[in-house]
Amino acid sequence: MVDQVETLYLIASFLFILGLRGLTAAHTARRGLILAELGMVFAIWGTVIHPDIMANLEIAGFFQTYKWILLTFFIGSAIGIAISALIPMTRMPERIALSHAFGGLAAALVGVSEYYREQVIAGHMDHTTMAAIGFEVLFGGLTFTGSLMAFGKLSGLIPGRNITWPLQNQSNILMFGGTFVLLVLVTVDPSNQVLFYAMAAMPLLLGILFVAPIGGADMPVVITLLNSYAGLAASATGFALNNNVLIIAGAIDGASGFILSVVMSKAMNRSFRNVLFGAFGKVDEEDQAMAAAGGERVQEASVGDAAMLLSGAGSVIVCPGYGMAVAQAQHVVGELAEILEANGTQVRYAIHPVAGRMPGHMNVLLAEAKIPYTSLMELEEINEDFKNTDVALVVGANDVVNPAAKHNPASSIYGMPVLNADLARSCIVLKRSMRPGFAGIENELFFAPNTVLTFGDAKDTLTKVVEALS
Amino acid sequence: MLEIFLGLYIFMLAAFVGYGVIKGVPALLHTPLMAFTNAISGISLVGSLVAAGAHYNNVSTVLGAIAVLCATINVVGGFWITDRMLRMFKKQDPKADAAGDA
Repeated sequence: MVDQVETLYLIASFLFILGLRGLTAAHTARRGLILAELGMVFAIWGTVIHPDIMANLEIAGFFQTYKWILLTFFIGSAIGIAISALIPMTRMPERIALSHAFGGLAAALVGVSEYYREQVIAGHMDHTTMAAIGFEVLFGGLTFTGSLMAFGKLSGLIPGRNITWPLQNQSNILMFGGTFVLLVLVTVDPSNQVLFYAMAAMPLLLGILFVAPIGGADMPVVITLLNSYAGLAASATGFALNNNVLIIAGAIDGASGFILSVVMSKAMNRSFRNVLFGAFGKVDEEDQAMAAAGGERVQEASVGDAAMLLSGAGSVIVCPGYGMAVAQAQHVVGELAEILEANGTQVRYAIHPVAGRMPGHMNVLLAEAKIPYTSLMELEEINEDFKNTDVALVVGANDVVNPAAKHNPASSIYGMPVLNADLARSCIVLKRSMRPGFAGIENELFFAPNTVLTFGDAKDTLTKVVEALS
Repeated sequence: MLEIFLGLYIFMLAAFVGYGVIKGVPALLHTPLMAFTNAISGISLVGSLVAAGAHYNNVSTVLGAIAVLCATINVVGGFWITDRMLRMFKKQDPKADAAGDA
C-alpha cells in the first residue's frame, strides 16, 4: 500500500512541475493547468488510500471513515467554486489574499492536530518532527492572520493606509524573536504543552501586527510574500508528515512567492526591509486631498478635447493603473481601443509591474476586456517607444508615470523604473481629482507642457469619449 | 534522522526547480501564476485528509476536517479561477480564437 501511495505522489509531483512549465507561455498555460489538476487528482487518490485511513476503514467501515472527508470536501468545493466564479476580476487581489489565509489556516490546523495526536495522546514526539510542526504552525498562523489583514485592507473593511504606533518595528521584531525562542524551547522539550500553545498563538498576533503598518500600494509585495509563507507552511507540513509531494509543492509555491516579491520590490526600487519596516509615505492616495503645489498650473482638457486628440493620433499607448480597477474602466478602455483601431490608430498598453495591487493585475483586467495579450507590453518592451508615440493615455496611474523618479534625487520614488509617458508627443491623464499618489508627492507629469488632464471618474470620462468618437 | 535529510534534499532541489521554471513565467501571467501556485499549495489537503479520515482521536478529526474544508476551497477555487483567467487571455482575433479553443 505504501508503494502505491508513493507512486501516486511521484506522478503528482511530476505533473505539478510539468504544469507549471506550461505557464511560461500564454498559449500553453491552460494545458499546464490541466496537467496540474490531474496531478492534484493523483495526490488526493494517493491520500485516500493512505495506510492510516485504510486501517480505519477496516475497523469503522466506509461511512465512518470518509464521512468528514466527503462532507467537508463538498462544502469546500461549493464555497471555492462560488467565490471563484462570482468574484469580479477587479477584486482578484482580495481573492488571492483570502485564499492564502485559508492555506495558512489549513497548515496550522494540521500541525496542531499532529501535535495533539503524537504528543498529547501518544506521548512520544521526536525533536525533528516537533521542529517541523513548529515551523508549520508558525508560518501557517502568520500567513493566516497576515492574509486576513491584507484581505481587509484590500477590500476596504479596514483602513488601507499604514497604521503606525510608537516603537512599532522594535516591538514586532522582539515578538518575532520571542516566538522563535519558544519554537526552540518546544523543540527541545516537546512535552511542554503550554509552551507549544503559546508558540502557536504568537504568530497569529504577529501576522496582524506585521501587516498593519503596510499601506495599500505596497500590497503587491505583501501578497507575494504571504504567498511564499503559505508555501513554506505547506512544505513544513510535508516534513512533519514525511510526505514528499507536500514538500515539493510547498517549495514550488515558496519559490514562486519569493520570485514575485523580488520582482515587485525591484519595480518599486525598494528593498524588502524598506517595504516591511518602512511604513513608507504617511499619506495614502485615498486619504487626504492635497491642493496642487502653489503657482504651477495644470492644463485641463474637456472630454471633447481628449476625444479630438485621440482621434487625430496615429499611435496611442494606454498606461493603466489601480484607478482603472477602482473605476472598473477596463471594458470601456477596450471599446475605445476598438474604435481607434478601426480608424487605423495603433493602440498598445504599457503595463508597469506594480500597477494595481498585485503582480499582473492590469493584464488580467485588460484580458477580461477582450484585449489581445499581444498588445499588452511590459515596461522594458515598450518604454523606448513612447518618444515616437502620439498620445500616452494615463488611466488611473500616478507614481508609475512620474518622471521625477528619473531625474529628481530628492523624490522619494527616485530610481524606481517608470513608464516614459512624459516623452509621448502629448499625454492625456484621466484623474478623479488633484490628489497625490501613494507616495504623497506631486507628479511632475501633470504640469508638463504636453500634458492635459481630464478630471472625473475614468469610466464616465472614457464612456463619453467613446460616445463622442462613435 | 536520515528521513529529515532526505526531506531537506527534496526541498532544496524542488525549490531550485521551482525557481528555474517560474523565472520564465512572463509578467503577463503573474496573477494566474499566483492563483495556480495557490491551488497547488492547497496540497496541504493531503495532510488534512489523513487527519480527518484516520480517526486518531476526536480532536485530530475535527481539526483535520476544518483543514480539509479550507484546503479544498483553495484547490477547487484556485484551479477554477486560474482557468477563468486563462480563458480570457486571447491572441489577436478573440472570436476566431474562442472557436479554436473549444
